[in-house]
Amino acid sequence: MAKHVVTAVVNGDEVDFTCRTDQTLLDVLRTELYLTGSKNGCGTGDCGACTVIMNGRPVNACLVLGAEVGSAEIETIEGMAKGGELHPLQRKFLEHAALQCGVCTPGILNMAKVFLEKNPDPTEIEVRYGLAGNLCRCTGYDKIVRAVMDAAEEMRTSGS
Amino acid sequence: MNEISKAKSNYKWVGKRTPRPDGIDKVTGKARYGDDMIVPGMLHAKILRSPHAHARILSIDTSKAKALKGVKAVMTHADIPDHPLMKPPYPPIVNDMHDICRNVMAREKALYDGHAVAAVAATDEAIAIEALKLIEVEYEVLKPILDPMDAAQPGAPILHDDQFTFGIEPKPDKPSNLFRSIKGQRGDVEKGFAEADVIVERDYSSEPVHQGFIEPLACIATASENDSVDLWTTTQGHFVIRALCSKVLKMEIAKIRVTASEIGGGFGGKNTVYGEPVAIRLSQMSGRPVRMVMTRSEIFRATGPTVGTRSRVKIGAKKDGTITAAHAEIYYQAGAFKGSPVGRAVETFFSAYTIPNVYAIAHDVCVNRPRVAAYRAPGAPMACYAAESTLNELADKLGMDPIDLRLKNAVTDGCESLMGTKFGHIGLVDVLEQMKNHPHYKAPLGPNQGRGFALGYWMHGGGLSSVSVNLQDDGTVTVATGNPDIGGSRSSMRAMSAEELGVDIETIKPVVGDTSVLGYSHLTAGSRTTFATGWAVVNATREIIEKLRALAAKKWDVPVDDVAWEAGSAIPPAGKGDLKPMTLKELAGIATKMGGAIAGHSEINAGGAGAAFSAQLVDVEVDPETGFVSPKRYTVVQDVGRAISPDYVEGQIQGGAVQGIGWALNEEYFYDKDAKLQNTGFLDYRMPVASDVPMIDAVLVEVPNPNHPYGVRGVGEPPIVPAPAAVANAVEHAIGKYMGSLPLSPPKILEAIQTTKAAAE
Amino acid sequence: MLGAEGPKAKVFAGGTDLLVQMKEQLIEPSLLIDLKKIAETRKIAFEKDVVRIGAAVTGAEMGENDKLKAMWPGVVEAVELIGSYQIQGRATMGGNLCNASPAADSVPALIAADARVVIAGPNGTREVAVEKFPTAPGKTCLDKGEFVVSILLPIPPKHSGDAYLRFIPRTEMDIAVVGAGVAMTLDGKGTCTAARMSLGAVSATAQLVEPAANILIGNKLTDAVLESLADVARKACKPIDDKRGTIKFRTQVAGVLACRAAKIAWQRAEKN
Repeated sequence: MAKHVVTAVVNGDEVDFTCRTDQTLLDVLRTELYLTGSKNGCGTGDCGACTVIMNGRPVNACLVLGAEVGSAEIETIEGMAKGGELHPLQRKFLEHAALQCGVCTPGILNMAKVFLEKNPDPTEIEVRYGLAGNLCRCTGYDKIVRAVMDAAEEMRTSGS
Repeated sequence: MNEISKAKSNYKWVGKRTPRPDGIDKVTGKARYGDDMIVPGMLHAKILRSPHAHARILSIDTSKAKALKGVKAVMTHADIPDHPLMKPPYPPIVNDMHDICRNVMAREKALYDGHAVAAVAATDEAIAIEALKLIEVEYEVLKPILDPMDAAQPGAPILHDDQFTFGIEPKPDKPSNLFRSIKGQRGDVEKGFAEADVIVERDYSSEPVHQGFIEPLACIATASENDSVDLWTTTQGHFVIRALCSKVLKMEIAKIRVTASEIGGGFGGKNTVYGEPVAIRLSQMSGRPVRMVMTRSEIFRATGPTVGTRSRVKIGAKKDGTITAAHAEIYYQAGAFKGSPVGRAVETFFSAYTIPNVYAIAHDVCVNRPRVAAYRAPGAPMACYAAESTLNELADKLGMDPIDLRLKNAVTDGCESLMGTKFGHIGLVDVLEQMKNHPHYKAPLGPNQGRGFALGYWMHGGGLSSVSVNLQDDGTVTVATGNPDIGGSRSSMRAMSAEELGVDIETIKPVVGDTSVLGYSHLTAGSRTTFATGWAVVNATREIIEKLRALAAKKWDVPVDDVAWEAGSAIPPAGKGDLKPMTLKELAGIATKMGGAIAGHSEINAGGAGAAFSAQLVDVEVDPETGFVSPKRYTVVQDVGRAISPDYVEGQIQGGAVQGIGWALNEEYFYDKDAKLQNTGFLDYRMPVASDVPMIDAVLVEVPNPNHPYGVRGVGEPPIVPAPAAVANAVEHAIGKYMGSLPLSPPKILEAIQTTKAAAE
Repeated sequence: MLGAEGPKAKVFAGGTDLLVQMKEQLIEPSLLIDLKKIAETRKIAFEKDVVRIGAAVTGAEMGENDKLKAMWPGVVEAVELIGSYQIQGRATMGGNLCNASPAADSVPALIAADARVVIAGPNGTREVAVEKFPTAPGKTCLDKGEFVVSILLPIPPKHSGDAYLRFIPRTEMDIAVVGAGVAMTLDGKGTCTAARMSLGAVSATAQLVEPAANILIGNKLTDAVLESLADVARKACKPIDDKRGTIKFRTQVAGVLACRAAKIAWQRAEKN
């Protein structure tokens, strides 16, 4: 298959990479750009561990081709904390112990971030459905849901 | 040695909710898991897997694959040394190298769909995949067998021609899929049932379930020309991986160094070797580092789930609820090789109860599925499911409150389990009483809802742990353990070390050391890490305190016995008015000038972890027209000994309960008529998603374990033990029918509802 | 290009099915054509008699279109059932149709809505009814060199409503075990004047249950009507036993979902 030269914006930086037609965005992030924070849990869009934000929407990076992302804006977990300051979701995940092994955490944080942008005042059930595309096998989701709701409240009251 | 800690009732760090030390790296994507590593010059390995569930391997021709451009090594079983069959006496859980070397790479036969047959290392993954297609394997396809009861019968297709059922005299002349049976007994069961007013007897079945860790198995092996190997891998125990690789490949232990990556979930599934020996051998053959990552489909096809079961349980009781006799027989579906946790079945069935007459037997049977592996409280949830379901039916028949029935027969300090384990100080009665007084227990139920209860029992492990604690010049402290941190154990290690030293937790940096720098440490498994490794941390930290007191004594020129250690400082003896206490930091600053660096270490074989009990209450709602089950409320009351990090203790309980919900409702494997796996991904292996489950209320009961400096019991395994039974009981109460079969998937429930309805009309 | 490359060329929109098939080595395409680059496939256009939805419009975009949602809530909900939020940002009705799974969620909803597929190819464009588009599991009526450009939904008359429901063992992330779509129009007095019912995952392709129209038209949604509706739904089932459900279960639940969907469609029609 052919190789493509692609330019995209990743975490605010313009980057160039080459990829084969069949290489996914996840492959590109992990093996070309060395951004291994996006995890490869299944490769079939069922676990959400590779969730990144593409042009403002959450996507499974394993179901996007590298060749498709020309001129797209991609946000990965590596770009979530700004200038050494954790995002409220990151902070609340630590405060609530919303991670055990932590491998699903980057995907969940990205999904939760977009979800709260769309729905800043969610109910518990809405949070659960919002995160239904992200498998976590360790926590039973309880503390994750609490962390997301607490972050939502903080973000609402601080207006951030 | 435990006096200091036991005397303290108010801890500064133990039992507090502090952010975990590795947390920031895990929320920012910096933490490096198994497949987040690259090594310069590395090759990529792929494994050729059998498309047949049972087939004799007649020949393997790798010549075309070897000739493909970019292929650097191709291997088969011929490149792994053979090992003889293990001889008796057999340990409780058998790990026979004869089996493990065959599971890593099939020899005479492929024994399950996905069994590894050959492997390739190439310059990129696409070439490796291409090369697999060029390997020619000639199979003689044999009839597969999946059901453990059928497999144990004479005339069943035989997996191993050299396996003769152990324990039968004279030795059978025909091979069998039944490896052995383990039993436990007490009293006279027949007499006990004769004394009973009510007897309940029922058949049960449960299906194998996978650990479902999200991070794939991944490793990188770098072999040097001097026979040494560096291995990076995701594992629950890098010392165990080293031991297994050394045995499988017949290499010297010290020549293999294993570094554990961060681990993305294990639950027992990362306790053994799969790709590691293959990657090492390919690296030795190619002279290059070799990286191997398993796909999700490979993980489902070829890595161990826990056993499926077929069982029958019978319990008899007096009208007042006194249990007079209990009988249980269970078949464990070991997969392709022996090694089911059969002893745990016998231990689990009835050990929470004082039953005078008991008989329990468990059979370890091989079938054409992946080799059984550990999964959270290995062997217990399925036995608990059968026994607790029978008890719940008994409570219904007696018209007795299910918790009262348990209280009536509950074991207390000094009682003995069926496998002969004597209980120390246990909290069973506290757990049951707290559950009975929980508001959930009296809360009203809505239409189509049912409530379920079950009690889980688990005897914890201890074992070998090694720890090294190093005081740095600036007063900071490194605590190195040999246990991968799977769910926040660094936090607990840090808390115990800080508590001992009397310093701020931020002073202490907990790390996971590789196999070359510490003594042997057993797995992060069996709920043993905070107990056993934590104990070693306490010991090693106390050694540092001793050395610091000696240093202060030397500095002050007083007898060491006169120097005390309090709140992070050495305290001079009274009456020496000019001497001021010296802090840890001050002492660290003078240590190297006054004799040398200060370090402590501890290598222990910890015993006395003891038993723990988890009581669970769950409400479900069943859609009477579709059989869909929705868990609505869930409460767990568990004796946790002492919660060093309560956040993570609750997390273990919540996670265990939700895994149990998955086990009870939807997780199962689907094989076609040729025993080929049909659901090889998360899409159709249906683990609970966030919207499937409610909040899990985790109530921590703290009955400190007298054998541990901080009273720790294990906490990770008990919460899964009763969960399938509790959920099943809730479903049964919602639909008004006893089921006896897991998972309670919608077709099964709808069928039961319709049958009950038809019978009533 | 598509014609020249032959069957090894694949057109994709969201890629949420195609990339999985590539990953599992079920297909190894020699050429991938990104439909999203054709502007026409990316739009939702409200024309005089139809809503024209481009084949590469994502589920998320449909869900954000209030006018479309008000007109065909059942169709939009069906598309929104496909996968997680992450999938929603990528998956399209065009892809769902072309993947030709008997269990595709959007297809029964489109059949109930009497939607048509606009196909472009070397010989110009043509239209087919959605129920004629899939021909067997994984197979469509697309000829060599053809691809789907858009899907046409009629502008519904007053007092119309539709609904789609599916059964899955979990709350999310599963493929339909059974799916049922109903669209209907009422007169001013609450009597049904037009109706279409469809089923998914109970036969080789999603199907229009033709007898359902006769049961509904001229009637109100009484218990007797619902019972007959369940009956024809079950009679229309020719399912298989597989990892997602049994023949018995699928047949039974098809009747349940048909009635539940009919009730929702009815309520919506009454309000419109």
